[in-house]
Amino acid sequence: MTQIFGEPITRREDARLTTGRGRFLDDLGRHALAAAFVRSPHAHARVREIDVTAALDVEGLIGIYTYDDLDGPLAEPLPLLIPHPTLTAGRTAYPLANGIVRHVGEPIAMVVGTDRYVAEDVAGLIEVTYEPLPPVVGLTASRDGDLLVHDDLPDNVAAHLMQQTGDVDAELAAAPNTVTFTQTIERSASMPLEGRGVYARWDAQDDSLRVYSSTQTSTSVRAAIAAKLELSPGKVEVIAPDVGGGFGVKIVHPWPEELLIPWAARLLDREVKWVEDRREHFISSAHERGQIQDITAGYDDEGRLLALDVRIWHDHGAYTPYGIIVPIITSTQLLGPYKPRAYRCAIDSMYTNTVIVTPYRGAGRPQGCFAMERTMDRIADALGLDRAVVRERNLIQPDEFPYDQGLTFQDGRPLIYDSGDYPESLRMIRELVGWDDFETVRSQAAAEGRTVGIGMACYVEGTGVGPYEGGHVQVENSGRVLVSTGLTSQGQGHETVFAQIVAQELGVPLDDVVVTTGDTRRFGYAVGTFASRAAVMSGNAVALAARNVRAKALRIAADALECSVDDLDIIDGVVQVKGDPSAAMALSTVAVLSNPLRYAFDNAARAATQFAPRADPLRAPVDEDDEPGLENRDYYSPIRSTFASGMHSAVVEIDRDTCETKILRYAVVHDCGNLINPMIVEGQIHGGVAQGVGGALYEVMHYDEHGQLLNASFMDFLMPYATEIPHIETAHLQTPSPLNPLGIKGAGEAGVIPGSACLASAIEDALGVRISAMPVSPSDLFELLATDPERTRRGSR
Amino acid sequence: MKPPAFTYHAPESLDEALGVLAEVGEDGKVLAGGQSLVPILNMRLAAPAHLVDINRVAGLSTVDTNDTSVTVGATARHTDVELDDAAYGVQPLLRQALRLVAHPVIRNRGTTVGSLAHADPAGEMTAVLALTRGSVRITSGSGSRNVDATDFFVGPLECCLRAGEMVESATFPAFPAGTGSAFIEVARRHGDYALCGVAAAVTVLDGAVSAARAAYISVGPTPLLVDLTDAVAGGAVSGGAVSGADWAAAGRLAQSQVSPEADIHSTASYRRHLVGVLTARALAEAAAAAAPTHSLPLRRSG
Ligand SMILES: Cc1cc2nc3c(=O)[nH]c(=O)nc-3n(C[C@H](O)[C@H](O)[C@H](O)COP(=O)(O)OP(=O)(O)OC[C@H]3O[C@@H](n4cnc5c(N)ncnc54)[C@H](O)[C@@H]3O)c2cc1C
Repeated sequence: MTQIFGEPITRREDARLTTGRGRFLDDLGRHALAAAFVRSPHAHARVREIDVTAALDVEGLIGIYTYDDLDGPLAEPLPLLIPHPTLTAGRTAYPLANGIVRHVGEPIAMVVGTDRYVAEDVAGLIEVTYEPLPPVVGLTASRDGDLLVHDDLPDNVAAHLMQQTGDVDAELAAAPNTVTFTQTIERSASMPLEGRGVYARWDAQDDSLRVYSSTQTSTSVRAAIAAKLELSPGKVEVIAPDVGGGFGVKIVHPWPEELLIPWAARLLDREVKWVEDRREHFISSAHERGQIQDITAGYDDEGRLLALDVRIWHDHGAYTPYGIIVPIITSTQLLGPYKPRAYRCAIDSMYTNTVIVTPYRGAGRPQGCFAMERTMDRIADALGLDRAVVRERNLIQPDEFPYDQGLTFQDGRPLIYDSGDYPESLRMIRELVGWDDFETVRSQAAAEGRTVGIGMACYVEGTGVGPYEGGHVQVENSGRVLVSTGLTSQGQGHETVFAQIVAQELGVPLDDVVVTTGDTRRFGYAVGTFASRAAVMSGNAVALAARNVRAKALRIAADALECSVDDLDIIDGVVQVKGDPSAAMALSTVAVLSNPLRYAFDNAARAATQFAPRADPLRAPVDEDDEPGLENRDYYSPIRSTFASGMHSAVVEIDRDTCETKILRYAVVHDCGNLINPMIVEGQIHGGVAQGVGGALYEVMHYDEHGQLLNASFMDFLMPYATEIPHIETAHLQTPSPLNPLGIKGAGEAGVIPGSACLASAIEDALGVRISAMPVSPSDLFELLATDPERTRRGSR
Repeated sequence: MKPPAFTYHAPESLDEALGVLAEVGEDGKVLAGGQSLVPILNMRLAAPAHLVDINRVAGLSTVDTNDTSVTVGATARHTDVELDDAAYGVQPLLRQALRLVAHPVIRNRGTTVGSLAHADPAGEMTAVLALTRGSVRITSGSGSRNVDATDFFVGPLECCLRAGEMVESATFPAFPAGTGSAFIEVARRHGDYALCGVAAAVTVLDGAVSAARAAYISVGPTPLLVDLTDAVAGGAVSGGAVSGADWAAAGRLAQSQVSPEADIHSTASYRRHLVGVLTARALAEAAAAAAPTHSLPLRRSG
């Protein structure tokens, strides 16, 4: 049997996607009506009046809808998707503003026109009278509590979350050394190249709805639409077509547009489409990352972390539709590969009059990593120890797995690390980047008048959270193997990796396997693609389904070939008797046999009849516990998350005159257990590192004091280009997860997590100037160098 | 991100274009490469009733070089100018600057004249026009006039064009013999508009630095031209090496002439700092470029 699992097989979707043959949302529904939205220009205001008079004459106008037009569940606030006991003051918006807006970009009216030009013309002519209210912009203003985002919440606090283990106060009091510092992390955003988009078709004869959405979860969008539009879920189909990136923002649902576009399609009995433009994406989708962190650490003279006390203010924007998943992840994943004796993390989730905050690749982990890794650097600095040595002394050891951190993770389950080898990972990254020889590099550079520095950051990433995913595997009479799973794809390469898994398990050629994701017509039960969970969840589900299909195929073939199941193997799509290739039958034939037929409708069926088992008049054609067809549906539901891990190290050069940072080297050691396809894992790491570099050096959401986002375009929101991303050196460690049949852990978010911590460490090492706010621009570095009070003490090394 | 309705004109001759422009007056906008105008329209920051697309107008896409200057027609693309060896031979600053303008795909569409007319104070070509003491030819139905850089740029995104007029071409004179040039900038990402950019020209006569001038982008409302000769007097050049010139002093002099503003990408003081650093670097590079021509009078083949 040729090895398919674990091979760096070229992505099967790429030829299609790179030659313009992808089917993205805006490629569909060419003749659909188009929607555009009137969105609030104010960060906080009462909506006094909406006057549409001037807009009514526009040719091509179909309809204008405001909150007053909504009824039933659609007129209620949008769902709070993930409730949590500590989210005592959760708030969500209405699909269209109900008398008040709380951030620039909040939708107020929906316009449907014959095309998007018309719809935008109309939107521009609708006159809304606002009564502006003072906005709360930024965490500090929110924390002050002088102004309120929701007038019934006197402190702007959505949730107060606490995670702790051990006695922090006692450990801190007893610790020989302590360090206290504050850090801030800016906002950024998922920023997929394809924004959101929805296209809906109503079938009035059938009372049914088909919706295409650029989403990370089609099944859950279906459930939400069915509930809000009061339809039977069986009458709603939701399909995620090719999706041009998600990175978290498209797991949020239902977005107002995901309800309003289908609603309008039904109301008008016409196809309606809405495609988000870039400005809309900036001001009405979601952001992430913004936090202020107060950290106190107690440690011994060897650099061992005894107690870590972290207080975080997390910027949640105006509403909390996705609950407090991001702060929960920060508070739990902050611990990384380390084992402080005592830990406490208290987080206030704060409302501000800005775009909502929901998970963006990494989802709270980059901030947690920044807290922990910068603590490690501070300890090393204070003790005059090598930063790698301090980390080494704090690592969980391989014989300590499963390691219980004593906290509760985002899936409500205990935070127990399943596997890993952190000391080996550290050894590998030191070797890969040449950590131990760096002083030579530094002095060589210095001799040439160049300033260089090296940094390091480590992380552990909980991946593959439940509750479950399912897989369906079906062998067609043609021998083609159809695989489907309910979660969606946004370019990760699922068509390739799920095919690899099934081809390997079933024993068929890769080319015979066809994968479909995110289509409720094919698979109705699913959760979605997020939290680095697709490979772990759906990968194991399709593997289980494929194993069941294999068992059934062997059983049917054994019957037909009159041999024992144990004597059979499936090689290249042919079931054969081990050691006797002449006694064989193609899987396609088995598929035909699996479905007892009265009618020989084609050659395959006719040809297969000669193998038909001797008719046993006392036995039903389909056994009581059997089903027709060579197919199976199975589910994978883990007891806990799997924990991937990794370590990054970067070498930077700083131009001391222009204060520009150049990344000379970026090295990654990564452990996601067994690799299904190393090339795809590598690609995931590259993309993640690019986003990490963006967060560390470039990306800021520049809100002014009025709550206006000043850089809502790609001209001023500095997502790095390929030219800003260094060559990435990678090495893989494989510690299989004991929790799932394939021994895999997730890889989707890994690359982004330690970016800011690693680059801050490197820049600090180069300049001897303290970095405690990310990202850091040349202008920031210039101002820091001019003013840093700690600089003289630390000197430059 | 869809433009409001407009009437689209696609004249094929200059006369026809000027006729339309005269007719539509204040309501008209010239469409050249569209790299700046189309995003402005799509974001509905401007809503001209008429767009006059000059891309089909015959005879406007030329890059003409003679011994003393390079003249660029209204529809010559940035790329056409950048890759033109004859133009580089006579005025090397064109290529030195253009490689910093946006990215190749944008340079393939965007026009050099359009970027002057757009008058973005962060646009490299505005400084090139200023430093070369160049001029633009402004044409309307009632005739043409030549306007030099100082008078052409009025403010940020504002030039002296009147209704019914268009820029027909821009002329970039050669520098005096013995002059070297350089364009240096700091941009956040490769191809972005610069936080600060310096075009510099240094003239070396008889082994001594005789003149030094620089033009700045992104530190004022229009490209700023500064004469730095006094600060670098005493610089000498021999055997291709420059000595004795106090480039840092020139940087300080330049800093005293600029009053940059802060924006979301940079503080004012960082911009001022960059003026100093980049001035010194650009002058040194320009002087080095001047030196070999002087000591080794190699004739460029054009
Ligand atoms: C991503 C991106 C990055 C960029 N980066 C840079 C950069 O780093 N540096 C830089 O300098 N530029 C940059 N640009 C702008 C680019 O150089 C533009 O091409 C240029 O500014 C305008 O040229 P255009 O031919 O596209 O003009 P258009 O967009 O067609 O027109 C721009 C304006 O000039 C007017 N206009 C154009 N031609 C004439 C004429 N002949 N007579 C009268 N009016 C005229 C138009 O009416 C309009 O108001 C960038 C553009 C993009 C999209």
